[in-house]
Amino acid sequence: MQLRTRALETILLEKGYIDPAALDVLIETYEKKIGPRNGAKVVAKAWTDSQYRQWLFTDGTAAIESLGFSGRSGNHLVALENTPAVHNMVVCTLCSCYPWAVLGLPPVWYKSAPYRSRTIADPRGVLRDFGVKLPKDTEIHVWDSTSELRYLVVPMRPVATEGWSEEQLAELVTRDSMIGTGLAKSPMDVK
Amino acid sequence: MNGAHDMGGMHGFGPVRPEPDEPVFHAEWEKRALALTLAMAMPGGWNIDASRFARENRDPAEYLAMSYYQIWFAGLETLLKERDLVTDDEIVVGHGLHPPKPVKRTLSPDDVLKVLHRGRPTERDTNTKAAFKAGDKVRAKNINPVTHTRLPRYVRGHVGVIERVIGCHVFPDSNATGAGENPQWLYTVRFGGRELWGLDGDPTSAVSVDAWEPYLEPAR
Repeated sequence: MQLRTRALETILLEKGYIDPAALDVLIETYEKKIGPRNGAKVVAKAWTDSQYRQWLFTDGTAAIESLGFSGRSGNHLVALENTPAVHNMVVCTLCSCYPWAVLGLPPVWYKSAPYRSRTIADPRGVLRDFGVKLPKDTEIHVWDSTSELRYLVVPMRPVATEGWSEEQLAELVTRDSMIGTGLAKSPMDVK
Repeated sequence: MNGAHDMGGMHGFGPVRPEPDEPVFHAEWEKRALALTLAMAMPGGWNIDASRFARENRDPAEYLAMSYYQIWFAGLETLLKERDLVTDDEIVVGHGLHPPKPVKRTLSPDDVLKVLHRGRPTERDTNTKAAFKAGDKVRAKNINPVTHTRLPRYVRGHVGVIERVIGCHVFPDSNATGAGENPQWLYTVRFGGRELWGLDGDPTSAVSVDAWEPYLEPAR
């Protein structure tokens, strides 16, 4: 694939369709700049600021843009609230739609056949693959990203984090907890 | 199209295998495949729906045997060849052999952040009224177009409830074929686990999909 990709890039370059410096900026942006730390800031703010939390769940796009995250795969954002009664999970059964603006590019498992095929039919089984077990009576709500809306799960705030700053709380927010295949870390995990 | 990409509900793929400390890319060429695809959308002039169709429209056995970025790369070749931007003989030798086709503009390094920041909002103004409101029961139509659609097979024929009226959005089924944006009302529709999967379904689960109005009909 390395050779085929290089050959195609050569053709596109020779024909003047691409500027290699633009490719480098694209790669650097998605490799280094945009990632799940963006989403973690959104979640930590929602945990500490009740007004922001309300705004996030009524107009996710605007509330998230106010923190500077928007644009490609993030023009229409919806935040989903995990509670003891309802656990949300996000999938794209048709391809790989994922909120790039807040989480960066999706991991391989998110784009894989096992995840895409099973999450909608057997969400508890998929959660077991991630080592997550939820109470039997918790409802599991799976969101299949079939339009240009992108979904961000807001996990429950861990107990025993009273008085923590947003920055400290953001450390507890994992990528998987914002997809719904994980929970936020407990304070014990980061000490 | 009823392709291998529409995987919801299939069995036999085994467990999900998360990779600890996964890197963003697993090889140099993956970075280039992604960047070339994003960068060529501007001179190539295709839209997101056409590019999705270029990726999914292939032999199911081939699709399932390819990695994610292999599918992206194959989709990019298809898009380039369809528009005569690149030809088969050029791909064989790995060099440009023919004069370039005039393109409106190419993506410059300065454009990148602007283009990414702008994204591509799909909401459009409309003077039509939404046919459904939150709480309405709807059935996902039994449609089987051979062209691009975003109505997954597993909901077709099933009854759900409108959870939310999202707005009027570009209709991918039209946009992918070059027939224009043809904006339509878009809804989030929720289906119960038992409705979708019968007695094999988890009664404590529900699945929501975003569905455009042409995908839906009233149900009791």
